[in-house]
Amino acid sequence: MSTFKQHSILPGFNLALGFTLLYLSLIVLIPLSAAFIRTTELTWEEFWFAVTTPRVLASYRLTFGAAFAAALVNAVFGLLVAWVLVRYRFPGKKLIDALVDLPFALPTAVAGIALTALYAGNGWIGQYLEPLGIKVAFTPIGVFVALTFIGLPFVVRTVQPVLEDIESELEEAAAMLGANRLQTFLRIIFPTIFPALMTGFALAFARAIGEYGSVIFIAGNMPMVSEITPLLIITKLEQYDYAGATALAVVMLVISFILLLVINLLQWWGRRRSALA
Amino acid sequence: MNATNLPATSRMRRPRATQEPAWVRWTLIGLALAFLTLFLFVPLILVFYEALKKGADVYFAAIIEPDALSAIRLTLTVAAIAVPLNLIFGIAAAWAIAKFEFRGKSLLITLIDLPFSVSPVVSGLIYVLIFGLQGWLGPWLAEHDIQVIFAVSGIVLATVFVTVPFIARELIPLMQAQGTEEEEAAVALGANGWQTFSRVTLPNIKWGLLYGTILCNARAMGEFGAVSVVSGHIRGSTNTLPLHVEILYNEYNFAAAFAVASLLALLALVTLALKTVVESRITQHKENANEHRGA
Repeated sequence: MSTFKQHSILPGFNLALGFTLLYLSLIVLIPLSAAFIRTTELTWEEFWFAVTTPRVLASYRLTFGAAFAAALVNAVFGLLVAWVLVRYRFPGKKLIDALVDLPFALPTAVAGIALTALYAGNGWIGQYLEPLGIKVAFTPIGVFVALTFIGLPFVVRTVQPVLEDIESELEEAAAMLGANRLQTFLRIIFPTIFPALMTGFALAFARAIGEYGSVIFIAGNMPMVSEITPLLIITKLEQYDYAGATALAVVMLVISFILLLVINLLQWWGRRRSALA
Repeated sequence: MNATNLPATSRMRRPRATQEPAWVRWTLIGLALAFLTLFLFVPLILVFYEALKKGADVYFAAIIEPDALSAIRLTLTVAAIAVPLNLIFGIAAAWAIAKFEFRGKSLLITLIDLPFSVSPVVSGLIYVLIFGLQGWLGPWLAEHDIQVIFAVSGIVLATVFVTVPFIARELIPLMQAQGTEEEEAAVALGANGWQTFSRVTLPNIKWGLLYGTILCNARAMGEFGAVSVVSGHIRGSTNTLPLHVEILYNEYNFAAAFAVASLLALLALVTLALKTVVESRITQHKENANEHRGA
């Protein structure tokens, strides 16, 4: 016991840690393990068959493809928004800074119906895209739009504090040594914020692959075309295919855990970078 | 000291050599604003426009309709249970993690964050696997006539799951940064555990606590995916506000759907406003604390 915990005169350790572990076990760990234990009722072949049918494979392609594209767009524009918010002054800046978190605060169902109404053939934006032959609502592009919306704050909020902490002396030195602004950005600023940018990208991607509420309204949910994996889990559940739903859930869980590990490594890398700088 | 004023002024006016030309600045600002307008502001405005398009009568009729009122009640009830539970958990977890050194601490922090990386649909499904008719406890619950899935308790459980990390992850870094000296002094002067917490720790963390609570509440009231799996969508009984929006929308009752959605959008805006106020208080608090330590 003495090697487990360092001595302290503060009270309440056993109670606080005991309650924490009990609560986590009851609410998080036991329910999550249920998914893994239930899949053991399937043989390996049954499991593999359930998670690789053509309809399931099509849903992976859509979910991961759209999530990747959305996270990429958010990496580019999130960096731009963070840069503009940290470096420049313009009217309404404080309000805009606060509203960046809207996708965190707005329930996903509301975001879903708003984006659908916006991009439908008769919507504010859809009516201009339709004549150009671009259909957004009820197609895979709609999935991409919804995932871009919900992932928007991640890159901004991870890059912003790192950008704020960059010492202007480094940039001044680069300028004195003859670098122009673009060179300074590419060689000095970008390498400093790169770990944060990657962390934000990974967070946005991880959030996007699990997203359900904002997507189902705009996706159209056509099997093989615009059906995301989380929706397929619900479809299987509604057909009382518990084993199939659980098998898919385990695939999603394993991928989430791997992404969580990657994000932790990226954050550790970022902290080490800033400690060296 | 002068040194504390220096960075502030130099940030206000950067030397010209580290400043982009005006046309680059305004192009970047324009691009960023165009992106945010397209993806954030227009959808937000559309919610209120669609809600009020058919007039105030239709708007208020959609909100005071019995099913909508029962959805509002259920949403408030669920948040009133889930948020205090996670508040107690957050404080306990932060106390253990921030004030003591023990093995396996970083693993524990990762476990607390786990619900954030689980898809909402999977968060609901795992409770069906335990409490559903085909679940582990299903037969026993059916025998004793207790319903969890397709009932309010299932909705509460799923909501608690998705909001577990919010308050803990706000408090842990805050309490770690504050260290243990003040609490140790209180204990040395004879304060008991509760006195130490309520008179020393609580005043130090109150803004962080409020911040986490606001975010936790917003998610608890707005959760859709996890709740959708366990609720069964029974009108007037297991329908939360976000689920009510979905039902109305799928019935092509768009005006009512957006009217109810506008309530949730208002909740989001209030959340952001409170969050901004509390954030500035936290920065202030930190600066004050630093000044005290400096002096």
